[in-house]
Amino acid sequence: MASGLHNSDIPNPVLRWIDQRMPVFTMMQKEYGSFPTPRNFNYFWNFGALAMVNLMIMIATGIFLAMHYTPHTSMAFDSVERIMRDVNFGWLLRYVHANGASMFFIVVYIHIWRGLYYGSYKAPRELLWILGVVIFLLMMATAFMGYVLPWGQMSFWGATVITNLFSAFPVVGEWIVQLLWGGFSVDNPTLNRFFALHYLLPFVIVGVVFLHVVALHITGSNNPLGVEPKGPQDTLPFHPYYTAKDSFGLVIYFIVFAVLVFFAPNYLGHPDNYIPADPLVTPAHIVPEWYFLPFYAILRAVPDKLGGVLLMFGSIAVLFVLPWLDGSPVRSMRFRPIARIAFLLWTVAFFVLLWCGGKPAEEPYVTISRFATAYYFAYFLVILPLLARLEKPLPLPESIARAVLGGGPLPAGAAAKPMEKA
Amino acid sequence: MADTGEATAAADGTPRRDFLNLVTASFVGLGVGAIAWPFVNSMQPARDVLALASTDAELGAIQAGQAVTVMWRGKPVFIRHRTAKDIEEARAVPMSDLKDPATDQSRVQKDQWLVMIGICTHLGCIPLGQKPTDNKGQYDGWFCPCHGSAYDTSGRIRVGPAPRNLDIPPYAFTSDTKIRIG
Repeated sequence: MASGLHNSDIPNPVLRWIDQRMPVFTMMQKEYGSFPTPRNFNYFWNFGALAMVNLMIMIATGIFLAMHYTPHTSMAFDSVERIMRDVNFGWLLRYVHANGASMFFIVVYIHIWRGLYYGSYKAPRELLWILGVVIFLLMMATAFMGYVLPWGQMSFWGATVITNLFSAFPVVGEWIVQLLWGGFSVDNPTLNRFFALHYLLPFVIVGVVFLHVVALHITGSNNPLGVEPKGPQDTLPFHPYYTAKDSFGLVIYFIVFAVLVFFAPNYLGHPDNYIPADPLVTPAHIVPEWYFLPFYAILRAVPDKLGGVLLMFGSIAVLFVLPWLDGSPVRSMRFRPIARIAFLLWTVAFFVLLWCGGKPAEEPYVTISRFATAYYFAYFLVILPLLARLEKPLPLPESIARAVLGGGPLPAGAAAKPMEKA
Repeated sequence: MADTGEATAAADGTPRRDFLNLVTASFVGLGVGAIAWPFVNSMQPARDVLALASTDAELGAIQAGQAVTVMWRGKPVFIRHRTAKDIEEARAVPMSDLKDPATDQSRVQKDQWLVMIGICTHLGCIPLGQKPTDNKGQYDGWFCPCHGSAYDTSGRIRVGPAPRNLDIPPYAFTSDTKIRIG
């Protein structure tokens, strides 16, 4: 691009003046206005936008909570109770933030499930997928450290157990754990650094989300058929079609969110976290937040410290290489009859692990966890690579427009005919 | 979908799309406003802060000529037990000499007790004059060391950059020797 003023076609003279010097309006129009988007999205394609909104809600409520929170072992618990009782609307900010974390994981799990089912991780979207897994890892770290901040019993013992995971690594384990703690147990230095990092990481997430969106806008979105758009008859401008569709999804999302916040604000929490942290007494049954339960179940399924830790980290690490494990060129499970069943079973395994993770570490849950863990990994490491060779996919549709509209070929450009105001 | 645009334009010629855009934008605006309010309001004083908004002070032990400073809402409140000379000096001043004219009577509830917020009305420093050894300025009241404002025995600004007399907090005598500020 040559240097000099951008050749802007924004009608408003003030906006055009800005746009000529910094073409952000042209960019927004290109990326979110006329951006060609497959015409056949279903509601699973709402969840990226929902995650973006959820991230903004978490950052906004988090900043305002931080104005009232004190990251010190002797004051943290009381400062959270003060937020609940004394700060104007503090109860609302905290319940939105706490349930917002749960909503974020619900949204992101559905978003990831969508990617797995419709093969969104496959070429050319491998990097887009990898950036998504990075966001997921950052989210998990942020959520974990955020749960420590209220300094209740679950905060303290959750922090103790999770940081102790790193002691499983030979040679460097103890050193890493001391590094995380800043001492010889979870204590004030730990709380201080967790608060600092809990404030930092969301902004790192914003940065990686930006890259995720950049990558998305290069390859374009996948779609329920997994067939690339071949021309304007297969796409619609993002606005107003998908701004409207996303807005509808957003309203439903807000209703679910509001039901949680206003009618069951502690449903997904654990009552023991309303007991101040006590380094001398471990609660009888400690569990992580619900969104970590599947991974916690994998950890407990292995009767070996290092093995359990490696398998738990491996359950997410395997997602990084998924684009190369699944060699089938067919993206959407709609056209993969066997893989589709295998994947739905994987979904069942995920929920079984979630359920087992919340149960005590005893029979029959341990054995059930072992089977579910085995299937979780087998799906990625054995079933998908084998099916890529053995499975005979159903015939793919000729194009999106053909599959969606049926009948004969459309006149080129018909579907993309701009509406009177678009 | 494309057939619903111009065809159903309202009688005044407003296309349906414009109407929908306006309604949507209005509802988004209302929603954002409604959501913004709890955030903004959370920054206002919390209930535990408001609960500390009044302070009781015991005056019995303060001898004539002495002064004490008490905290009220995180600010110093000057309480001076004025001598007859202090009161006489304050009342002898002609109003025309004052930058912010106010009679001494209007600034006290009981002649010997002067109760003021001890913050210079210029830029918020705390004036000297509470301790016997302090520089009280040339009008025997208070002197702000930051930018040289001098206040008289009624806490009125006499010389220097401060625009107003020292402020009087709301207070009431709960008995002969006790006041409640705030």
